[in-house]
Amino acid sequence: MTPPEGAPPARARIRIPERTLRTDRWWLGPLFTTLGLATFVVYATLRVFQQDHYWVQEHHYLTPFYSPCLAAQCAPDAALLGRLPVEFPPLVPYALLSLPFLLLFRLTCYYYRKAYYRSIWQAPTACAVREPHRSYTGETRPLMLPQNGHRYFFYVAFVITLINTWDMFVPFLHGTNGGFGVGLGNVIMLLNVLMLWGYTLSCHSCRHIMGGRLRAFGRHPVRYRLWTGVSRLNDRHMHFGWASIATLIATDAYIALVSSGVITDPRFFN
Amino acid sequence: MAPSRAPDFTRHTYDVVVIGAGGAGLRAAIAAREQGMRTAVISKSLFGKAHTVMAEGGAAAALGNANPADEWRVHFRDTVRGGKFLNDPRMAELHAREAPERILELEYWGALFDRTADGRISQRNFGGHEYPRLAHVGDRTGLEMIRTLQQRIVALQQADAAELGDPDARLRVFPETAITELLVHEGAVTGAFGYRREDGGFVVFEAPAVVLATGGIGKMFRTTSNSWEYTGDGHALALRAGASLINMEFVQFHPTGMVWPPSVRGILVTESVRGDGGVLRNADGKRFMFDYVPDVFRAQYAETEAEADGWYDDPAHHRRPPELLPRDEVARAINSEVKAGRGSPHGGVFLDVSTRLPAEEIRRRLPSMHHQFKELADVDITAEAMEVGPTCHYVMGGVRVDAETAATDVPGLFAAGEVAGGMHGSNRLGGNSLSDLLVFGRRAGLGAAEYTAGTGGRRIPYEAVEPKAREAAEHALASLKQGTGENPYTLHSDLQDTMNDLVGIIRRGPELTEALERLSRLEERSTGLSAPGDRVYNPGWHLAMSLPNMLVVSRAIAAAALEREESRGGHTRNDFPEMSARWRRLNLEVRVDGPGGVTVGRRPVPDIPPELLALFDPDELAKYLTKEELPETAADADEEERA
Amino acid sequence: MSERVFRVWRGADEGDLTEYRVEVNEGEVVLDVLHRLQATQTPDLAVRWNCKAGKCGSCSVEINGVPRLSCMTRMSVFAEDEVVTVTPMRTFPVIRDLVCDVSFNYDKAREIPSFTPDPATSPGDFRMAQVDVERSQEFRKCIECFLCNNVCHVIRDHEENKEHFSGPRFLMRVAELEMHPEDTADRRAIAQDEFGLGYCNITKCCTEVCPEGIRITDNALIPMKERVADRKYDPLVWLGSKIGVRPKDTPIVPNVRHPRE
Repeated sequence: MTPPEGAPPARARIRIPERTLRTDRWWLGPLFTTLGLATFVVYATLRVFQQDHYWVQEHHYLTPFYSPCLAAQCAPDAALLGRLPVEFPPLVPYALLSLPFLLLFRLTCYYYRKAYYRSIWQAPTACAVREPHRSYTGETRPLMLPQNGHRYFFYVAFVITLINTWDMFVPFLHGTNGGFGVGLGNVIMLLNVLMLWGYTLSCHSCRHIMGGRLRAFGRHPVRYRLWTGVSRLNDRHMHFGWASIATLIATDAYIALVSSGVITDPRFFN
Repeated sequence: MAPSRAPDFTRHTYDVVVIGAGGAGLRAAIAAREQGMRTAVISKSLFGKAHTVMAEGGAAAALGNANPADEWRVHFRDTVRGGKFLNDPRMAELHAREAPERILELEYWGALFDRTADGRISQRNFGGHEYPRLAHVGDRTGLEMIRTLQQRIVALQQADAAELGDPDARLRVFPETAITELLVHEGAVTGAFGYRREDGGFVVFEAPAVVLATGGIGKMFRTTSNSWEYTGDGHALALRAGASLINMEFVQFHPTGMVWPPSVRGILVTESVRGDGGVLRNADGKRFMFDYVPDVFRAQYAETEAEADGWYDDPAHHRRPPELLPRDEVARAINSEVKAGRGSPHGGVFLDVSTRLPAEEIRRRLPSMHHQFKELADVDITAEAMEVGPTCHYVMGGVRVDAETAATDVPGLFAAGEVAGGMHGSNRLGGNSLSDLLVFGRRAGLGAAEYTAGTGGRRIPYEAVEPKAREAAEHALASLKQGTGENPYTLHSDLQDTMNDLVGIIRRGPELTEALERLSRLEERSTGLSAPGDRVYNPGWHLAMSLPNMLVVSRAIAAAALEREESRGGHTRNDFPEMSARWRRLNLEVRVDGPGGVTVGRRPVPDIPPELLALFDPDELAKYLTKEELPETAADADEEERA
Repeated sequence: MSERVFRVWRGADEGDLTEYRVEVNEGEVVLDVLHRLQATQTPDLAVRWNCKAGKCGSCSVEINGVPRLSCMTRMSVFAEDEVVTVTPMRTFPVIRDLVCDVSFNYDKAREIPSFTPDPATSPGDFRMAQVDVERSQEFRKCIECFLCNNVCHVIRDHEENKEHFSGPRFLMRVAELEMHPEDTADRRAIAQDEFGLGYCNITKCCTEVCPEGIRITDNALIPMKERVADRKYDPLVWLGSKIGVRPKDTPIVPNVRHPRE
């Protein structure tokens, strides 16, 4: 039989003390990500806990951060699904049903996972830059298993986006003199809903559900077309992720400003 | 293991040893292993990196998916026509018959070829093929083939792991191991000697059967599409073991290699660019190929641009564009245009697909070309023309083998793929190489397995071959021990200049004589090569060991080229510009004669059997064959024509 | 033509970065410069390369800290006065200079159950639509340069994970087989349990360094994670398994993980 070979040489990786030899500004990306995410989290938290300035009665503008409005204190017309018979204490969001799911949808999103693993968890901070952790188990531990439930949060987010779409349509029927009308608020809400749909439908789980899970497309022409369409959106999932954060903040801020009377809503038609 | 300079041998015993891990080598190893042989595959590079990955266009096989009229006889006819009737007819026949089966087998092992609308393997047009015939995957067919064979080997190893507990039990790959000498005892092969690149340790393989699948020789030329591995190792090993090489004068220059920037000069631009509509233009913007259709091909090629352009969509009612002539014709035409001063700024001609297809279509059909030009030359082929020129691509010549078993003249030695000669005659058609690898790789594996089985387990004792191994080891270490001496890189560079300038596309008698003289001087210098450093992954040392191979094979090419006084396929003599029917009947056969020296003998080309000869039009045959060879009717027709 | 400064790793693990001044011509790539160093200054500089056209994936190194093919890195991307630092890949043991021992990758390749067609079929039976083969074709563009496995922090920064993590290259191979229209095996469970898909935190460095532009994360790893969720983490599927429609998992190939004595 095969004669024994010399013992395999004990080889090791090269030893270079520097964390990375990259000469570009690799820290810029994670820095911007951190700032962006922090801005959103701080803003959203403050606004959700504010329990005010979420509704413009005249045009039925409702900020997505308060939709559907569930508390007994909600403006009656803002409560699409009706109001619970309890007054929400301070610091409890009026949109108690939707917000946790939206948060989880984004927390388990494949793009946001990349973003916060890199920028916040620093695993890794940037490619080919040594990460600061002694050990790493990724998403294998029980604590991380909910990441695999992304599809369920997608289902819920899909329904909530339908509600947001409804919220966007209603104000078109509340012009200044009643009936159809269009103001800047309508346009901002429309843009926001488009971005929300872009983000929701471009989700990797959605892509999987539409057709990605099939082994062969040959006998599923409709699902193939759905998958192709979602795949095209999916290319831009990151862009939709950031764009929808921006439009959410813009929509909410605009409605808050109009609602508190700081600005008035410019009307293009009625 | 501390690297030392003492010859330390690792010994391995196998039933079949395959040298080379490209398409032919892997296919041979699979065949031998499937016959139950303990098989070793020796690869100069890592597993799966062989030069086969560079093949772009496709693998020719008369599957008849694109045009049901296609069948093996048509493929045979195209192959012989392309080789200018110098092919070994039996090889060409076996190749045409078996290629479809080999392709379907690859698909069954997991290869994913591009598809037709009805879900079968799509086939594309290529130079010299009458019908769309090349099974392909975009323009990375070679990669698909090597990966599929690699994964097939892994699958067989997994089966062995399950059955015997060791994946390497019956089929083992030795990556980054180079063979420098075959071990021969009483005229028969008994094994091979080589070294491991990673630590410089010597290895002796003992085996009754050795398959050479080492590929080609391009690294002897300055401008080449070949990688560093193509140093003619197998050709040289076979010569030194006592085998003969045939057709060495026929070297294929691919018409379209990149010419700019200098660092990528020679890198291939796939023929599919032309098959998919790309056209060649000179500096005046003229589609010059119409001026270069030789008489023997006049009937099959278009005479006007309109007719040629009609062919892409309606091949049944149009003749082919002249851009799709066999490679030798196109290469010579480009060479002439450049010589006549009508070349592109960097000494090539323009290959334009940007005005012929929509950008999206170009990116879909030619993704690697798009990528290659974008990355390496900063040229967007969807918007501008490429600059191309001939590049050394393939050697038709190689070890003379038996068509059925791939056996060479030396008992126990087999050869398949580019290192074997005969199949392609004087010129290879694009797409016939990948199918050649599969058909004859398998046959070589089966041949070797049968041979080993025939030895009945009788082995030559190691003591009998040890002296030769010791000698090979001493020889290998020589350049390391030389304190000061010739730099192997300089010698290699001088050799490339010699071959490119004097034994290139267009050859002249006096220049070939000069080349042989220069080669003698290079051989002298090669005895004083010096490679500083130790044995661990030392590229200078590796080059020094492969230079003797390159030198002897260069000599074989130059000597055969000087001997053949005609022009045919990949051999063009300025002083003998005509094709000669008398020379058509002869193969030149090179053997070694003393250290570094070679002799050129003559050997009759086997006759094409009458039933296959009948596939050709008598008029066409009259252009190639001597009067005595022509079938009755053709001879008569010829007679009448003259009268 | 200009003179540039190169810092090249010389030696084995305890080597160092050696500085060279070397000529660079228009249109050259880093590999050309390394070859010039070999031919003119240091003939024994170990560099692994083959095709020099970005098709074989042999010449993977790290250039200014970024994993790249040296044959596809044009010198024009660096400023005239920029020092170019070339090291071997950092995740694999070094043999000498710029050459690594990449056997880790070949060992991982052997663990994945191979293409498994329906035994009732034979060669020539397959009918597959172009749209069906395109997904796996993208992954088969892979030239096995192993830059993705090199850059992946799971093993780059944690040697101990090598045992249980196959790296993007081979998780992509699993995806390729799972999307092959004629394959009949089910590798979802072992993708998670044996090949370490759960270690992947989809930070996309593999996609960033892929010289073939394969969208490894979006098209292979995430779809594979979704398929694993189907198999292991979806309560509906779990319920299904309780009432008997349990998918049949293909086990890891026996005796391949530690074959060498």
